[in-house]
Amino acid sequence: MDFRGSETVLGPASADLLPDSAAAAVKVVVVGGFGVGKTTLVGSVSEIRPLTTEETMTEAGADVDDIAGVERKSSTTVAMDFGRISISEELVLYLFGTPGQERFWFLWNGLFEGALGAVVLVDTRRLEISFDVIGRLEDRGVPFVVAANVFPESPTYAQEELRLALDLPVDVPIVACDARVRESGRDVLLALMHYLYDLAGPSPVR
Amino acid sequence: MSTADQDWGDEAPERLYVITRGRGGPAGRTAFDLVTLIVSRSEPTPTMPPEHAAILRICGSPLSVAEISAYLRLPVSAVTVLLADLLDEERIEARASVPAALLPDRALLEAVMHGLQRL
Repeated sequence: MDFRGSETVLGPASADLLPDSAAAAVKVVVVGGFGVGKTTLVGSVSEIRPLTTEETMTEAGADVDDIAGVERKSSTTVAMDFGRISISEELVLYLFGTPGQERFWFLWNGLFEGALGAVVLVDTRRLEISFDVIGRLEDRGVPFVVAANVFPESPTYAQEELRLALDLPVDVPIVACDARVRESGRDVLLALMHYLYDLAGPSPVR
Repeated sequence: MSTADQDWGDEAPERLYVITRGRGGPAGRTAFDLVTLIVSRSEPTPTMPPEHAAILRICGSPLSVAEISAYLRLPVSAVTVLLADLLDEERIEARASVPAALLPDRALLEAVMHGLQRL
C-alpha cells in the first residue's frame, strides 16, 4: 500500500470514475477539532472511499509558537481527508475535512477560497475546542452551519443552549447529526445549502 | 536551515524538489484550485518524467487536483507545478472550479440541493 514509485501509481477504480461531462466542481469544508468525526462525516456521504491528500508544512508557513516544541524538524506533513458527491452529470461537490487549528488551514492554499461554505462539526462533550474555529470562520467571512455530532454519551442540549454556549449569531443554523449515517450527513449539507440560499438574498437571479 | 540534511523528516523533500525542478511551493499563486478538474488530452510519452506520465494515465476521466495529489501521494503544491507544465504543453485540460466571485449563486445552490436530495 505504501508504494511511491510512479510506475505503480493506481488511479481511481473504474466505479469511481467521473463522467467526461463533469465540467465544474464546488467544495465544502468540514472543520472541527481532533476526533470529532470529520472523516466519518466525509466518508458517510462520499460516493468514493475517502482519499487523503498531504501538504508539507515548512517553517516559513508555521506559527513559531506552534512548532516550538518540535525540535530538529523543519518540515511536517499534514493530511486532509476528502470525499466526493456527484451532484449531476456536470457538477461535482468535494467535501474536505480539515483540523480546527488555523495553522493547518492556510497550508491548503485556497481551501476556503471559492468554497461554498463550511460545516463546523462539534462534539457537545468538548464544546470549548470549537470556539476558536467559529471565531476564525467569522473573521474570514466564511458562511457556516454548526452540526453537533451526537455521540452515545453526549449530553443533550437544547438548540438555544448550544447557541448560547457557542456564542453563535441567531441566524447561524445548528443541526444535530450522526456523522456515521449518510442521510444525517446529507441533511447537514442541505442545511448549509439552505442557509447559503437565504444569504444569497431574496432577489432571484433570473 | 543550514544543517539541512539531518533535519528533514522521513519524507525526503529532495524528491519533491527534483520532480518539480526546484520550482513552486505553497506560497506560489497558481491557477489550480483543489477542485479544478483535470482531463488528459494526450498519451504519456516514454521520455516524459514518470510523474507527468502518471498524471496523464490517471486523468483519462476528470479528476480533481486533490484526487491527483492523493493518488500520486504528492503534496498539492508539487502536483500543481506538474500540472502547470502539462497545461503549458496542452497535454491536459483544466476545468476551473466555479469562481468565488459568482458565489453564492442561487441557481448553483439549487442544483446542489437537488443533487443532495437524491443521495
